[in-house]
Amino acid sequence: MKKKVILDKKAVDRTITRITHEILEKNEGSNGLGLIGIRTRGVYLANRIQDKIKNVEGISLPFGALDITLYRDDISKLKWPEVKKTEISFDVNNMTVILVDDVLHTGRTIRAAIDAIMDLGRPKKIQLAVLVDRGERELPIHPDYAGIVCPVNENEEVLVRMSEIDGKEEVVIVKT
Amino acid sequence: MNWKRKDLLDIRDLSNEEILFILDTAESFKDISKREIKKVPTLRGKTVITLFYESSTRTRTSFEIAAKRLSADTINISSSTSSATKGESLKDTARNLESMRPDAIVIRHSMPGAPHMLAGILDSSIINGGDGSHEHPTQALLDLYTIREKKGRTDGLSIVIVGDIAHSRVARSNIFSLKSFGNDVICCGPPTMIPPYIETLGVRVEYDLQKAVRKADVIMMLRIQKERGGTKYIPSTKEYSTLYGLTKKHVAMAADDVIIMHPGPMNRGIEIMDDVADGPSSVILDQVENGVAVRMAILYLLIGGEA
Amino acid sequence: MKTLIRGGHVIDPLTSRDGVYDILIEDSVIREISDTIKKTDGKTQVVNASGYIVAPGLIDVHCHLREPGFEYKETILTGTSAAVRGGFTTIVCMANTDPVNDSRSITEFIIDRARAEGKCKVLPCGAITRGLKGEELADVGEMFSAGIIAISDDGRSVRNAGLMRKALEYAKIFKLPVISHCEDDTLSGGCIHEGTASLLNGLEGIPAIAEEIMVERDIALARYVDAVIHITHISSGGSVRIIETARKHFRKVTSDTCPHYFSLTDEATLAFDTNAKVNPPLRSKRDVDAIKEGLRKGTIDIIATDHAPHEFTSKDVEFDLATFGISGFETALALSLSLVREGVLDMPQLLMKMTANPARLLGINSGTIAEGAPADIIIFDPDLEWTVDRNSFISKGKNTPFHGTTLQGKNLFTMVDGTIVFSELK
Repeated sequence: MKKKVILDKKAVDRTITRITHEILEKNEGSNGLGLIGIRTRGVYLANRIQDKIKNVEGISLPFGALDITLYRDDISKLKWPEVKKTEISFDVNNMTVILVDDVLHTGRTIRAAIDAIMDLGRPKKIQLAVLVDRGERELPIHPDYAGIVCPVNENEEVLVRMSEIDGKEEVVIVKT
Repeated sequence: MNWKRKDLLDIRDLSNEEILFILDTAESFKDISKREIKKVPTLRGKTVITLFYESSTRTRTSFEIAAKRLSADTINISSSTSSATKGESLKDTARNLESMRPDAIVIRHSMPGAPHMLAGILDSSIINGGDGSHEHPTQALLDLYTIREKKGRTDGLSIVIVGDIAHSRVARSNIFSLKSFGNDVICCGPPTMIPPYIETLGVRVEYDLQKAVRKADVIMMLRIQKERGGTKYIPSTKEYSTLYGLTKKHVAMAADDVIIMHPGPMNRGIEIMDDVADGPSSVILDQVENGVAVRMAILYLLIGGEA
Repeated sequence: MKTLIRGGHVIDPLTSRDGVYDILIEDSVIREISDTIKKTDGKTQVVNASGYIVAPGLIDVHCHLREPGFEYKETILTGTSAAVRGGFTTIVCMANTDPVNDSRSITEFIIDRARAEGKCKVLPCGAITRGLKGEELADVGEMFSAGIIAISDDGRSVRNAGLMRKALEYAKIFKLPVISHCEDDTLSGGCIHEGTASLLNGLEGIPAIAEEIMVERDIALARYVDAVIHITHISSGGSVRIIETARKHFRKVTSDTCPHYFSLTDEATLAFDTNAKVNPPLRSKRDVDAIKEGLRKGTIDIIATDHAPHEFTSKDVEFDLATFGISGFETALALSLSLVREGVLDMPQLLMKMTANPARLLGINSGTIAEGAPADIIIFDPDLEWTVDRNSFISKGKNTPFHGTTLQGKNLFTMVDGTIVFSELK
């Protein structure tokens, strides 16, 4: 499969560092923040952000992993996708939730994630952090923090690879 | 794995892989019942009908809650209120229901094979909520889920099933699944309640309860089914209770971490004594809680995706 | 009316004939059997049987024609039409009609109906007890003079041993065989064999001893009063053993089994197929093997069909509620021929059990191809493969567990009293 590397391992790390600092800057510190990563790769990204905040602020932010399968709007068109556990260790009420995902595309995943979080409580704010913004929105969703903006052609796709499951760390464009 | 089934009729038909897939899926659903908002929109717009020809609060309520927590719409039909009292055949009742296009029908019937009959003629997904003495697959699934939750595994356990095995769909379904996973299963009860040829399923038979529960990891008590003529196989419930009622003494003879199970509803004082049913080894209430999660998983897998 | 059946492989077990012969039939009787018969005039119709087997018409000692009372299940017309397609030229119909055949008038009705519309010879079997209630003897003598060929409460046993004894004794006056359906109904509340299938299915079982206990009882009674007893539709190995032992000391006991008891086991009920629901039920492989062995050794003398047609709706329900019975006329020959293919019987032995032996039990002049005998003849192809399609059954009863199965052996021609009543010969 032909691929074009947009961000290599070092570049990914730098981008996540920048996003982390932007989060801390916009929220004037880490008070009242909670990280929720969207399964699967959003969770690993959120982990990285949590580690970096620990290094900078000395605090381990509350953390959660969210599976949005049950909230998808296209569930009846799928052949029984596997549903994984949602494990959110903190109470979202009155928190500023930083929702983390790898690629933002149509916005439907984020819409589902917002609905899921609302069913868990009433957060004060939800902010969205993504590593790649691919554009082509189908819903009015915008990221508060985006690593890179990366539009692609019709027969292409942008993939984020994380070492925990893909064995390497990079952002690539591949032909579908 | 790719779930391919339209119906859930027998646990005997399911592969171990399929069974574990259901249990794993149920894990994700268990949390939902603990939240403040006990609902996800997954089955929004789907219709689930429970068609119960035998009375039941537990199973029917469990399915209803499961469906509602997945945002499906539910309709309950019980035989006393249905057209069955006017002499309508099962087939006609089902056909009529089908023209209202339910996505799933959960059926409980007093005769074996009734769900299979429906599955052959209807497009809706059919879930066997118990067919006569044949099978009760969702009960066996929630029982296995509970065992896995409490014991950390599904195989290599010593499991005793006590009661009217011959007429128990709960026993049959459990025997099929527990043997399939490689457990040692002992059936205990009076000979009149043990079906002939049961050893061909790989279970051992023991008429003496004290011997049967020795070192057992799991004790599963069955209900004396008065409504299905169960009392004509024993001289009296008093005698049954003396010989086969589970007491603290028996629990003490089992493994230290034995768990006591019962599909409910219990005949307290007959097959199980109060201090056991409410005691520390009892997981009976966990079974009920897990029943909702397992049934949510089943509904999700059968009707959540593409038809 | 003359007919010449030419060039067929004639097998007649009673006279031990087995070879290629021509048969000349005039009116209703077999005139001549020779190596070659020349056609003497243009009025003789010629039937070319070369390449096929020519045998005596089959005689069924146990079937249900349902008329009067259950015409929606079968009539004498449709039942006999199905019978001749299957190769049967004489059939005995049981008394569990509505009204029950326990009197002269019903017997006469059946005989008249059969004479007017029947395609083969119909010999009614009268009831043993009035209304089949098992309480008092029916008017056996009256029925005998009206034309019954045997008595039976088939559908059930005569529960009361004292009454059964009286029936066996009384029937001796008329030399009527008593055909016994053996079933202790206090043991047999279920709907399939009590065995591994019932264990897996959760359906209530009918243990083999429900049949065996009555077989023992009825043989003991018959022996005590020295009467003829015929045990019908035996299904279990235990029954075979009991009959084999009894016959060492008492030869007046005969028995029949049906093709489904040597072709299917209780596994056929695992998928809740109501077409496999029959009484006595399909039993275990051990029983099937014992039945075949019983046929081989001669313990079982006769193969009957127990043709039990039912309307579709009575089978299209939950298994517990479905009627018992298999529509058997049109598959009997093919299923029985498999015994020859499997080496259990040779062809003459098989035909004996479906022709001469039934004839002897009933005391009728039939079941043989011999000069002077009635021209009840069939021609069949033992090798022809065909797939069972219940919708093409002539019987109103489409209830067969063999639908979709490919069988080998088919009847192609049936002649009753010299008249061709069925032919698929080219």
